[in-house]
Amino acid sequence: MVWRTRPLAVASVAVAAATALVAGCATGSGGSSSGASGNTLTLWTHNAGNSAELDVVKRIIKDFNGSQSKYEVKLQAFPQSDYNNSVVAAASARKLPCLLDVDGPNVPNWAWGGYLDPIDVSGSEVPLSDQLPSTVSRYKDKVYAFGFYDVALSFFARKSVLNEYDIRIPTIDKPWTKAEFDSALAKLKKSGKFQYPLEMGTGGSGEWWPYGYSPQLQSFGGDLIDRDGYKTASGTLDGKSSVEWATWFRSLVTKGYMSKKSGADPNKDFLAGKSAIQWDGSWNAAKNTEKFGDDLAVIPPVDFGNGPKIGGASWQWGMSSTCSNKAGAQEWLKFSRQTKYFVDYAKATSTIPATDAAAKQVDGYQPGGELNVFVQFARKFAEVRPVTPAYPYISTEFQKAAQDILAGADPKDSLGQAAKDIDNNLKTNNNYAG
Amino acid sequence: MTSLLKHLGGHAGRVALALVFALPLLFMLVSSFKPDDQIFGDLGSLRAFLPVGALSLDNYTGVFERVPAARFLVNSVLISSITVVLGIIVNSLAAFALSRMRWPGRKLVLTAVIATLIVPFETFALPLVWWVNQLPLLRVNGFHLEWTTGWMDTYQVQIVPFLANAFSIFFFHQYFQSIPKELDEAAIVDGAGWFTIYRRIVMPLSGPAIATVAILTFLPAWNSYLWPLMVVQSEELRPVMVGISYFFQLNVGWGQIMAYSSMITVPILALFVAFQRSFVNSIASTGVKG
Repeated sequence: MVWRTRPLAVASVAVAAATALVAGCATGSGGSSSGASGNTLTLWTHNAGNSAELDVVKRIIKDFNGSQSKYEVKLQAFPQSDYNNSVVAAASARKLPCLLDVDGPNVPNWAWGGYLDPIDVSGSEVPLSDQLPSTVSRYKDKVYAFGFYDVALSFFARKSVLNEYDIRIPTIDKPWTKAEFDSALAKLKKSGKFQYPLEMGTGGSGEWWPYGYSPQLQSFGGDLIDRDGYKTASGTLDGKSSVEWATWFRSLVTKGYMSKKSGADPNKDFLAGKSAIQWDGSWNAAKNTEKFGDDLAVIPPVDFGNGPKIGGASWQWGMSSTCSNKAGAQEWLKFSRQTKYFVDYAKATSTIPATDAAAKQVDGYQPGGELNVFVQFARKFAEVRPVTPAYPYISTEFQKAAQDILAGADPKDSLGQAAKDIDNNLKTNNNYAG
Repeated sequence: MTSLLKHLGGHAGRVALALVFALPLLFMLVSSFKPDDQIFGDLGSLRAFLPVGALSLDNYTGVFERVPAARFLVNSVLISSITVVLGIIVNSLAAFALSRMRWPGRKLVLTAVIATLIVPFETFALPLVWWVNQLPLLRVNGFHLEWTTGWMDTYQVQIVPFLANAFSIFFFHQYFQSIPKELDEAAIVDGAGWFTIYRRIVMPLSGPAIATVAILTFLPAWNSYLWPLMVVQSEELRPVMVGISYFFQLNVGWGQIMAYSSMITVPILALFVAFQRSFVNSIASTGVKG
């Protein structure tokens, strides 16, 4: 086959022209090496594609830009799935924006890594002391970030199904014990109506694993790391209680109570009646209520011996350490701390408002409302994930170990290896001192 | 009778194999017209592959409401096309020098180039971010040009690092080896220089290799995901693959994902169909097989 060379030459010229055009288009934010250009500040959020929450961010920015003439905030939205990669890459190039949101458990790591600076929001409309503790992130006694909402996990079930199999519907004051929970699952499995009576979202990935399952580990008496100084995981993550949790967790699969890997959309399966009990977040509460109405039971976490536990801390806002206009960034942060925005976030995202004042204005979350139970869960049962810069590493190791255990690996060996790897990481980083 | 059975068996095998590859695409396309509930409802039966039920274009409308899909598509076409065309020029020139010209150390250079194939991109992604951030950049500022530093958040940072490609060089090298060297000698006798030989003899005879490299360069450029997430902050510069993660939020819209996936798969299929014959020919002639 002989190809004509003239088209190639034409193509080469076209490419050269296109390259020049591209170079000309290379405006972007190239000149903003410090997250701000004068009084124009860049803000990053993880909400690209999530119009509900993104619209609230846009509203705050619009209100802020309109409320004064000194500063202007510009939005850049990223997809959540790889938001952290974008931030890490930008930090390595010293291209972080002035303002950015961060998942609560990552705050210590980003503070230790020098991505974030402490913030001072004193004098804002809503004082930090009014917030749910899990919605304010501190590291070394300094506030680095705050959130407008939190989420809570709970079990969801249908009262009619539980009643049919003579299963007690637990309350916040009297949650299920481990024995009751196991018995309930056995009854539901025996009924033959459910291939897997329990839906725990085991097809999830990333942070879902420590967020969803480490509170159960804690309720057994274990933990991800020894929180006394955060210097070792050995003896804690692979301790007796943790191994008991892992053995029980695996037994859910071997007894056929739970799928080793759940479907693409566990909530859809629950709504379709494929599972009887679902371990899920408050974000799906409204959808579940809409489908089942009064028949929906929002069930507190099981008390496996050390009290019921759920994870705390969701997305929060902070300021980068490389921001060249920290005064402007602090102004935006302070401005955003108005009750109306706490309300807007909670309404838009079906999450728990971070303050009681906001909760009173959100349907369902008022005292006595059908969703107020999540506020109580967050206040009563929430435990923040380990406040250490090592957390992202711990999270990954725990996920690997838990997935291996569900796949059939020996619980003690898997947790032991994870604890050993975490200890090595701590040692390599000098226990994240400094 | 036996040969007829063999014939039918062979056909049945090929049809079965074709179905294995075609059914996921068919599922994607059909599901893109169905509401989410129906997608899940049809999963347990053959209906999953059939355009039945409440079909509509709602998912496609939803895609454009959720993602600046048209902009992402234009960006990807631009980035992938420029990467392909410049990549073919750069890599074929390198391969020509390694294959047709005699100079000391060329085997060592070829070995070094091939050795880079085993280094996964993820291992040097962060250093590369640092590196591209040190490069000089000519920017348009109002009505004049100005020099600045750092290629972050530009089109060229999505193109230039991927122009030189070890596999493409190796592929061109192997193909060029199959073109008789006597053609070069005859051309030299006629007074041609090396560039003339490259431009007028070797490249015109390398159509299948060019087509194959075009496909193999286009695919990763089109599928690029991690790199643009790391180096591009402005939404208006993002490529299509980043767009897919816009849908994986709390309320995942599976129908919209299928619609978006269908939209971004069509260009790839069209490219492959256009170059299919050349692709197969060149794979067969270079001895490079998957």
